[in-house]
Amino acid sequence: MEIPKSFLGYKRENGRVGTRNHVVILPVDDISNACAEAVANNIKGTFAIPHAYGRLQFGADLELFFDTMIGTGKNPNVAACVVIGIEPKWTKRIVDAIATTGKPVEGFSIEGAGDIKTIMKASQKAQEFSQWASEKQREECPLSDLWISVKCGESDTTSGMAANPAVGNLMDKLEPLGVHLCFGETSELTGAEKVCATRGATPEASKKFMKTWSDYNDFILKEATNDLSESQPTAGNIAGGLTTIEEKAFGNFQKIGSRKFIDVLTPAEEPKKGPGLYFMDTSSAAGECLTLQAAAGFNIHLFPTGQGNIIGNAIEPVVKLTGNPSTAINMKEHIDLDVSKILKREMNMDQAGDELIKTTIRAANGRLTCAEVLGHKEFIMTKLFRSA
Amino acid sequence: MAKTDIIIHDEKDNVGVVVIEKITPNQDCSCWVMENDKTINIKSLNEIPLGHKIAMIDFKEGDTIIKYGHDIGKVVKSIKKGEHVHVHNVKTKKW
Repeated sequence: MEIPKSFLGYKRENGRVGTRNHVVILPVDDISNACAEAVANNIKGTFAIPHAYGRLQFGADLELFFDTMIGTGKNPNVAACVVIGIEPKWTKRIVDAIATTGKPVEGFSIEGAGDIKTIMKASQKAQEFSQWASEKQREECPLSDLWISVKCGESDTTSGMAANPAVGNLMDKLEPLGVHLCFGETSELTGAEKVCATRGATPEASKKFMKTWSDYNDFILKEATNDLSESQPTAGNIAGGLTTIEEKAFGNFQKIGSRKFIDVLTPAEEPKKGPGLYFMDTSSAAGECLTLQAAAGFNIHLFPTGQGNIIGNAIEPVVKLTGNPSTAINMKEHIDLDVSKILKREMNMDQAGDELIKTTIRAANGRLTCAEVLGHKEFIMTKLFRSA
Repeated sequence: MAKTDIIIHDEKDNVGVVVIEKITPNQDCSCWVMENDKTINIKSLNEIPLGHKIAMIDFKEGDTIIKYGHDIGKVVKSIKKGEHVHVHNVKTKKW
């Protein structure tokens, strides 16, 4: 198949391209959720991204909170953003950082004004943003404007045989075209970590990966009551035939095809070394991983599943594929692409990769994914430690 | 092309994965090795569902299971060729 050279995206002020045109009402903290949701309810064409944190966090945990919030606002899938927080200082910090992209953003703080007045003022601004964004048109953009993140979930052995290598085949075909790619899941590479380290494009990248993995493993050994065998593999994994974390890791690892990663990112860190594959240190919990990848600026996500994970994301469209024929039938409404024919040898990996490229470009062009249509807008903060 | 019941990823693998709804005891199964495109046969001893593994050789306690050409765990209870390989007879080497 000849790979299309372009897709239709929204060109943003800073040169990045969005696959979506969201107007987001972003609460800074848990107690501002009600206000943000009221604004989103008033003003059509907007939505709120409620979450549970943003109070009394400190140190590295607070910095990750800010990186996540700011990165979410900066993501090119967001056309404009209203930020609402209880206090002016943290609200302003987020607004100022999002404003560096050149996109419309305005902040409101509730303290001293109360919910009702804040809702009124923020709604007026949200209306302005919504109508402004509604006039934006999709334009032809090179495929290199796609920033594709990947993460698998509810994996089973079909993930390693079909859905994950299909993603790997897509990576092998799209990386030479200048696409940014990102995989994560530090914990779920356990068992394959030494092999994964050999896939660093440079000795520095390999070394950085091993340090990231070892730090994670030390943390597990310190915090776990016994080991991870209670949660890794998960009950769903075991039902699907996955026996050990090593087996899961090597299946997981099929997602990067034969690519090498050029750098290792901290959670929510924006890639800065140009096009190519990046590894990001993330949890393997789907909601947390996708939220961090979206905050790093990725604009479309590929999610292979075996037993049927149903995750979506607040701002990044999630394209779901499965190699499990039962999941493809029983959970049809969640599956954007069925590659289970690979198991019957009625489809080869080259064909599966091509089908996935087509499905990905259609979603990038604006076709709503299953997760979007079903209302999945997961936004889950990664917490490094408890708040003060 | 003959119907494939079991897929083996790598030539070095000593387990295969069932890719039909299930295989039944004493079924003659056709296995496709992805890496070299060879087809081999095996007789199953247990019922094994879709996505679960079958032993391609006899294993004794302490042996290593190879899948994707890599070590994926150790045998904790001997396994006969054709038997179901899963959490009841294989464990991680990580912990």
